[in-house]
Amino acid sequence: MSKTYYNSEDLKKFGDITNWNKKLGEKFFDYYKEVFKEGSLTAREKSLIALAVSHVLKCPYCIDAYTKDGLEKGITKEEMMEAVHAGSAIESGATLVHGIQMMNKYNKLSM
Amino acid sequence: MLKKTLHRQKKKLANSKNQLKLLSSRVFENEKLPTFKTSLQKTQNFPLKPSKLEILQINLGYMCNQICAHCHVDAGPDRKEIMTKDTLKTCLNLCKKIDVKTLDLTGGAPELNPNFKWFVEEANKIGFKDLIVRSNLTIITSNKKFEYLPEFFKSNNVHIISSLPHWTKNKTDNQRGEGVFNNSIKALKKLNNIGYGKANTNLQLDLVYNPSGAFLPGEQISLEKKFKKELKENFEIVFNNLLTITNLPVSRFLDYLIASENYDDYMETLVNAYNPKTINKLMCKNTISVSWDGYLYDCDFNQMLNLKLNSPVTHIRDLENETQINRNIRVSQHCYGCTAGSGSSCQGSII
Repeated sequence: MSKTYYNSEDLKKFGDITNWNKKLGEKFFDYYKEVFKEGSLTAREKSLIALAVSHVLKCPYCIDAYTKDGLEKGITKEEMMEAVHAGSAIESGATLVHGIQMMNKYNKLSM
Repeated sequence: MLKKTLHRQKKKLANSKNQLKLLSSRVFENEKLPTFKTSLQKTQNFPLKPSKLEILQINLGYMCNQICAHCHVDAGPDRKEIMTKDTLKTCLNLCKKIDVKTLDLTGGAPELNPNFKWFVEEANKIGFKDLIVRSNLTIITSNKKFEYLPEFFKSNNVHIISSLPHWTKNKTDNQRGEGVFNNSIKALKKLNNIGYGKANTNLQLDLVYNPSGAFLPGEQISLEKKFKKELKENFEIVFNNLLTITNLPVSRFLDYLIASENYDDYMETLVNAYNPKTINKLMCKNTISVSWDGYLYDCDFNQMLNLKLNSPVTHIRDLENETQINRNIRVSQHCYGCTAGSGSSCQGSII
C-alpha cells in the first residue's frame, strides 16, 4: 500500500478523535450535529455551504463527505459546481482584495 | 446506460446463486463486517418472525418496457416470465379466503400481463382497503393500447405507486433510460388531469425515489418537500407521498456496485447504518411476495434471490390460511438495505 498523508479510510475513523479527549470530542460532535439540522436554513442549503467550504479549505475528507451528502439530499451536480464556484470566487476575491494593501503601500512609498 | 438485461447478456450475476455467494464473500469473509444474521443476534432479533399478514404482493411478470440500471428484478422486454391466468385465479381465491388489507401488484410492468385488466377488475370486486399497482408511468404513453390505463385505474380505485428518481431529466434518464423523464412527466400530467394526486380526491398517486447511484436516500420528508416544489413549479404536477427506497444489492444494482468498484464501501455503509429500531416494521414481517409462477417469498428481493419461504407451504396453490406461513424469515446480507438508517420498504422509509 502506498504511503500518503491523506488516507480515505481515516474519514471513517473521525469519531475516534473522542477516544483521546472524550469531553471535547463529544462537545464537538454534538455541536456539529446540531449545526447541520434543519433551521432557518434547510439541511440542503447547509450541505451546499459545507461543500463550498470543503473546497476552500481543500479538505479531501470533507469533499468526499459532502459530495455524498449532497447526492443523498438530491442536490444536482450543477448546484454542487455552482457552490464550488461561490467558494472559489470568495477565495480568489480574498487574495485579490489584498491588492489594495499592495496599492496603498506602493502609493505611500512612491513619489 | 443499460441496453440489455443481465439475463440477455448471460452475465454471471443473472444467476441468483452467484448473487448469494457474492453477498457472503469479500467484506463478509473473516468477520471483517458482521453478517446480517450476526447483527440480528447481537440485537436479540434472530430469528426474524412474521407478524400479522397485511400485504400480499404479487409479481405479475418480469417483462418490462424499460431496462432500469438499478432494477433488482432484472426486468426488461426480453423477460418472458408472466403469471398465467390459472395462477392469477389461485391468487384471487386465496384473497377471498384470507384477510389481507393490501394487494400490491408489481412486476416488471404489471400492465404487460395479458390478463392484467381482468385481474384488477376482479381484485377490486373483493374490496381491499388498498389496491396498489406499481406502474412505471411510461407504459401509459408507450403505446396506444395502454392509453386506457389512467381511467381504468380510476374506475377500479387503484392506488398508483410510480418511480421517479429525480425531478431533473438527466438523473432520471441515467437511471431509467433515455426519454423516460419526459414520458413520465406526460403520464403524471394525464393522471393529475383525472384527479390523481390531488388533495380533494381519494385517488392516491405516490412517487418512489431510489438513489441513482451508490449512496443512501436522504431524509424522506425533506426529499418529498423538494420533489413537490420542483414538480409543481416546473411542470404543474402534484402527487401525494414520496416513498424513499434504498437500493438493495441484488441483481442489476449488485452488478453495478461490482462494476463501479463501490460494492465494499456500499456494504460497509449499510452495515454501519444498521438500525435495530427498524426491525419490527420490516416489510417481510407483514408481507408475502408471490412470484409469477406462484411461489411464496418473504419479500420481492428474496424472490429475486430465489430464497423461497421457509415453511412447509411454498406455493400459493397450497396456501389455505395464515397459520401455514408462520416461519423464520430468510435473511442474507442484502437485508441490510432495509435496516439502514430510517429503514426501507416498498412503502418507503419505516421510522
